[in-house]
Amino acid sequence: MSVLVVVECAEGEVKKSSLEVATYGAQVAAMLGTTATAIAVGEATEANLAKLGEQGIAKVLYDAEPRLKDFVNNAYTKLIATAAEQEGAQVLVLANSNIGASVGSRLSVRLKASLATNVVELPKTDGGQFVVKRGAFSGKAFSDVVLSGDRKIIAVKKNSLEAKHDAGKTAEVVAFAAQLADADFADAPKQVVMQEQTGGVLLPEAELVVSGGRGMKGPENWHLIEELAQALHAGTACSKPVSDVDWRPHHEHVGQTGITISPNLYIACGISGAIQHLAGVNSSKVIVVINKDPEAPFFKAADYGIVGDVFDVLPKLTAAVKELN
Amino acid sequence: MKFLVCISNVPDTTTKISFTPDNKEFNKAGVQFVINPWDEYALTRAIELKEANAGSTVTVLNVGEADTEPNIRKALAIGADDAIRVNAAPQDAFFVAEQIAAVAKDGGYDVILMGKESIDYNGFQVHGMVGELLGIPTVAPAMKLDMAGTTATLEREIEGGKEIVEVSAPFVASCQQPMCEPRIPNMRGIMTARTKPLKVVPAVGDAARTQVAEFALPPKKQGVKLIDAANAGELIKLLRNEAKVI
Ligand SMILES: Cc1cc2nc3c(=O)[nH]c(=O)nc-3n(C[C@H](O)[C@H](O)[C@H](O)COP(=O)(O)OP(=O)(O)OC[C@H]3O[C@@H](n4cnc5c(N)ncnc54)[C@H](O)[C@@H]3O)c2cc1C
Ligand SMILES: Cc1cc2nc3c(=O)[nH]c(=O)nc-3n(C[C@H](O)[C@H](O)[C@H](O)COP(=O)(O)OP(=O)(O)OC[C@H]3O[C@@H](n4cnc5c(N)ncnc54)[C@H](O)[C@@H]3O)c2cc1C
Repeated sequence: MSVLVVVECAEGEVKKSSLEVATYGAQVAAMLGTTATAIAVGEATEANLAKLGEQGIAKVLYDAEPRLKDFVNNAYTKLIATAAEQEGAQVLVLANSNIGASVGSRLSVRLKASLATNVVELPKTDGGQFVVKRGAFSGKAFSDVVLSGDRKIIAVKKNSLEAKHDAGKTAEVVAFAAQLADADFADAPKQVVMQEQTGGVLLPEAELVVSGGRGMKGPENWHLIEELAQALHAGTACSKPVSDVDWRPHHEHVGQTGITISPNLYIACGISGAIQHLAGVNSSKVIVVINKDPEAPFFKAADYGIVGDVFDVLPKLTAAVKELN
Repeated sequence: MKFLVCISNVPDTTTKISFTPDNKEFNKAGVQFVINPWDEYALTRAIELKEANAGSTVTVLNVGEADTEPNIRKALAIGADDAIRVNAAPQDAFFVAEQIAAVAKDGGYDVILMGKESIDYNGFQVHGMVGELLGIPTVAPAMKLDMAGTTATLEREIEGGKEIVEVSAPFVASCQQPMCEPRIPNMRGIMTARTKPLKVVPAVGDAARTQVAEFALPPKKQGVKLIDAANAGELIKLLRNEAKVI
């Protein structure tokens, strides 16, 4: 019996969300009186994988097959299933990311496991039941879900817990070969296109986010959003109408029909706060709203607010951040 | 090409969420149900591809009780040819996936499209379960879908970018924007939808693997603290010293 953690890597680094997942997995292992092993996917360096010891991981499996550098659904599923069987994993923990959801859902069938996605807290195991809390109704509610299968798969929502850093602790990195065949790579991507991210901060992974709505008036004014984001080292986002008219790319659109984010700080500039927009951001820890209309519904969901003109307020905020730094 | 489009019946996006007094069930009283917004991308794209490929058909599928039929009819009005309702209260995602897989296998569908996720249970998981049950590829979430014969080219969103993936039918894709501009029914569609076939079939498969123990609403916000626009820099100090987020 053990806990297996799926760690996503890119350009040699372990993704921030996977450090959280590793922390989560190690804590579940401690609860169950066992150890946590990680299986790394994507492009990783041995040094960075060994550092997963800081999150409480004992051992890291890594298959250096070069075709695993990019996400291949079938190959990743087989790789992780093979590792789960070898390790006798009872609990599998992964990120609630596009990769995590793609492989987690297939694995739940292959391993006959109970799957919970969008999980926001450590499990409760009293009374012999295994219960996880997950977000539901697009951020408007939570549900406690009993995972009744012998095996369980948990996809942890980003930024739901803080990654632990026990400096100096290292994990043993072990070569792993899942004996993948060419057929496992039949759905390999023909091409991978990465988008330019403001200041290099990936929106789904961002701890701080500055977001603009129709109140920004046009794409030519977005430098105001970007300057504040750069000063804060934040990611940038937008409302749906903004991406619908191509002021901003679609991958920045947050909300019910866009991506859901839960950063530590979300700064909404010229966004009214429609319920469908809130669905994508209302689990942010702190929400700041800048809107010239004091009646804008977003103020009801905000922690801090400024009733004012974005064109006046944003430069002041950027200046204040620069001063503080 | 035979398209199967899975639609979920969900509370309208503006619904104020509440639960029964024991917090065990969603309170449906007074709630209007709609086709899951993501599923509208799947439906419209299937109809577009049908129109471009003579001889193709689009079947919509819902796992639900009779109260979902108005939205199934709406999908028919938008342009699907026929519909299947698996007559069961959905228990969990695996249960739903088993029903979809059984219908897909029975009917020999080539392309199984669904929405990225349901806006009520936010599972984002049915796609992979169906693909695995049928032993066929899944592409999730897909932002673009083109077909040439039985070969599909899709754009899959990954964090920070996209992958261009090619698969041959049969396959599963879970759809999201900007795949297409979702259509709304027109008068003619609404009239013809009334007589399009809607088949009701019994559920199959095993018991659910998860059970909801309890629902809860998020804790209420304290209320907003307003800062004077003239003194906007003050906000940054509060974010550092009070909220401690920067
Ligand atoms: C099924 C469905 C799904 C949807 N999904 C999403 C979704 O995923 N994400 C999403 O964002 N929306 C979504 N919407 C749309 C949503 O209902 C709103 O229409 C949208 O969020 C409004 O965008 P906005 O706030 O940018 O624009 P508006 O509502 O036009 O608001 C602009 C705001 O800017 C303020 N403003 C104007 N000028 C200034 C200024 N100079 N300084 C300061 N403030 C100013 C105004 O007071 C106003 O509050 C969805 C709608 C439906 C029906
Ligand atoms: C009365 C009732 C009680 C329920 N009780 C529970 C419960 O106890 N536990 C629980 O987990 N869930 C419950 N559900 C939710 C239901 O089982 C969900 O449909 C199922 O969990 C899939 O949701 P998801 O968010 O996981 O799907 P996702 O993976 O997010 O859905 C992706 C896509 O799958 C398709 N899809 C999803 N559901 C259906 C469907 N029913 N028919 C056709 N296509 C579909 C849609 O295209 C959707 O966009 C209940 C629903 C109802 C109506």
